[in-house]
Amino acid sequence: MEDVLDVRDLRMRYGKTDVLKGVSFAARRGEVLALLGPNGAGKTTTIEILEGFRMRSAGEVSVLGTDPAHGGEAWRARTGVVLQSWRDHAKWQVRELLVHLGRYYAAYSTESITRPWDADDLLETVGLTAHARKRVRNLSGGQRRRLDVAIGIVGRPELLFLDEPTAGFDPEARRDFHDVVHQLADRDEATILLTTHDLDEAERLADRVLILAGGTIIAEGSPDELTRAMSGVSEVRWSRDGQRFVHAADDATKFVRELFRQYGESVEELEVRRASLEDTYMTLVREAEHGTPRRLTVVAA
Amino acid sequence: MNPALVAARAGLSRGWIEFRQTLTTPRDLTSILLTTGILLTVVIWTRHTHVPGTHFSLGTATLVSVLALDIVYYGVVDMGDLMVVDREDGTLLRAKAIPNGMLGYLLGKVVNFSGQIALVFAIMLLAGAFLFTGLAVGSTGGWLTLAWVLVLGLFATLPLGAVLGSLFPSQRRAGPWWLLMLTGLAAISGIFYPITHLPVFLQWTGQVFPVYWMGLGMRSALLPNAMAAVEVGHSWRHLATFGVLSAWAVAGLVLAPPVLRRMARRESGSAVAARREKVMRG
Repeated sequence: MEDVLDVRDLRMRYGKTDVLKGVSFAARRGEVLALLGPNGAGKTTTIEILEGFRMRSAGEVSVLGTDPAHGGEAWRARTGVVLQSWRDHAKWQVRELLVHLGRYYAAYSTESITRPWDADDLLETVGLTAHARKRVRNLSGGQRRRLDVAIGIVGRPELLFLDEPTAGFDPEARRDFHDVVHQLADRDEATILLTTHDLDEAERLADRVLILAGGTIIAEGSPDELTRAMSGVSEVRWSRDGQRFVHAADDATKFVRELFRQYGESVEELEVRRASLEDTYMTLVREAEHGTPRRLTVVAA
Repeated sequence: MNPALVAARAGLSRGWIEFRQTLTTPRDLTSILLTTGILLTVVIWTRHTHVPGTHFSLGTATLVSVLALDIVYYGVVDMGDLMVVDREDGTLLRAKAIPNGMLGYLLGKVVNFSGQIALVFAIMLLAGAFLFTGLAVGSTGGWLTLAWVLVLGLFATLPLGAVLGSLFPSQRRAGPWWLLMLTGLAAISGIFYPITHLPVFLQWTGQVFPVYWMGLGMRSALLPNAMAAVEVGHSWRHLATFGVLSAWAVAGLVLAPPVLRRMARRESGSAVAARREKVMRG
């Protein structure tokens, strides 16, 4: 099947600074990709180039089969964009705005996709039904964010860009949002590219995680694969005779076997924790920033 | 369905929604009523003065001429100002993220400002009918002239407003320039006093800009024919009015698309964020 996203050796240079030094990745239909990385790593630049909002310096980029630098209106209709923060249309009523912005997509329905998404149904989906007649400027931060997401998907995009989508969400809103993303990816087979700082979120949402640091992708794989491949160290906790112990083990299995051989049944409350994605991420980024990057690609079995 | 047609229709309804919002947002409505009220007051002061060389009320002549200033105020200054604001808050970027969104956005602006100008015209003319003497509002020909001057005036100003609005980096920096431009043009365009009483080089300068011609057109539509006597060449010069306003309209319509495209191309999430940061830092 044709890749929805295909990025090869993407480079971006501002003046004498190289922000992107050859980024390559691809995404299939219905795949959720999370772009992780520290501030200034080039996440937003990458996503803006793919959105067609920014010209690249070099490299090949194909988004839904088209170079985003020359994407026309029909191409635009197949994408959805949720930026880090919007403040636009403050005087509009929530439902009124959704209906209005949806109208532009009506001409781009296909046999399999009816555009736009019905406004009332969409309000229900993002949990804004009770606020349908409120003016946008009177929404709380979280509600405003939900509206941004709703506007981003009102055209039933085949490819959705989400830049830090859940910044400022409370836990419930976050869970609701994750449901919406899963629904889009699973039911509508939308491809989703999101950037986030929240590793927990990447772990929950993404089929595949790309870690961007220093202008290149330093690691790529499913959250589980990444963790497994990088978990050099596991944390082992146990107690013995009422005393608590913690040990960082390179080979946890071997260490625990040894532990039991030595102390047998006096070992209690044993707990082995594999390094979390967060630990993995921190290790990778630290290595990249200290100039000893290793490229780690995990191919799904 | 033709996508551009769909967007155009969406744009028209967008303009109507925005116009309604202007009427229901106290701050916006107050600002319209206040500027109109101030202008009316100024004009009322000169009600009993005569246009030099005639027995005609200077107030009535000015009331009609001020309509031209209104077109420029809404068509260039307000339009431009709103473009700057829309760029700052991301409304333009949103239009860019939607298929044919820019078309809908611009059409919406045209409808919204046409509505505001129509409202101001109605207030001014109603006040004129009751408070001023000598308005020639009885003839069909007069209304027809008013209509084409108004429409041509909108074409001459709105694209220009959009172009200027996309050139200014921020709303705060734009403010003084707008004021300077507006008062300067008003002074040399024969709005408050016949242009024939200005030094000749200023008369020529004034006649380069559309304000003078819109004012002349409005006077020809709403003042008695005899008043043409105090104009340049003792004539309403309809052909020249049509010519100059058309030239400005063509210039605006040719200039606006590439300038707007260039501006739109530079819009991105980080551009909007950077601008906001600058505003907040002060």
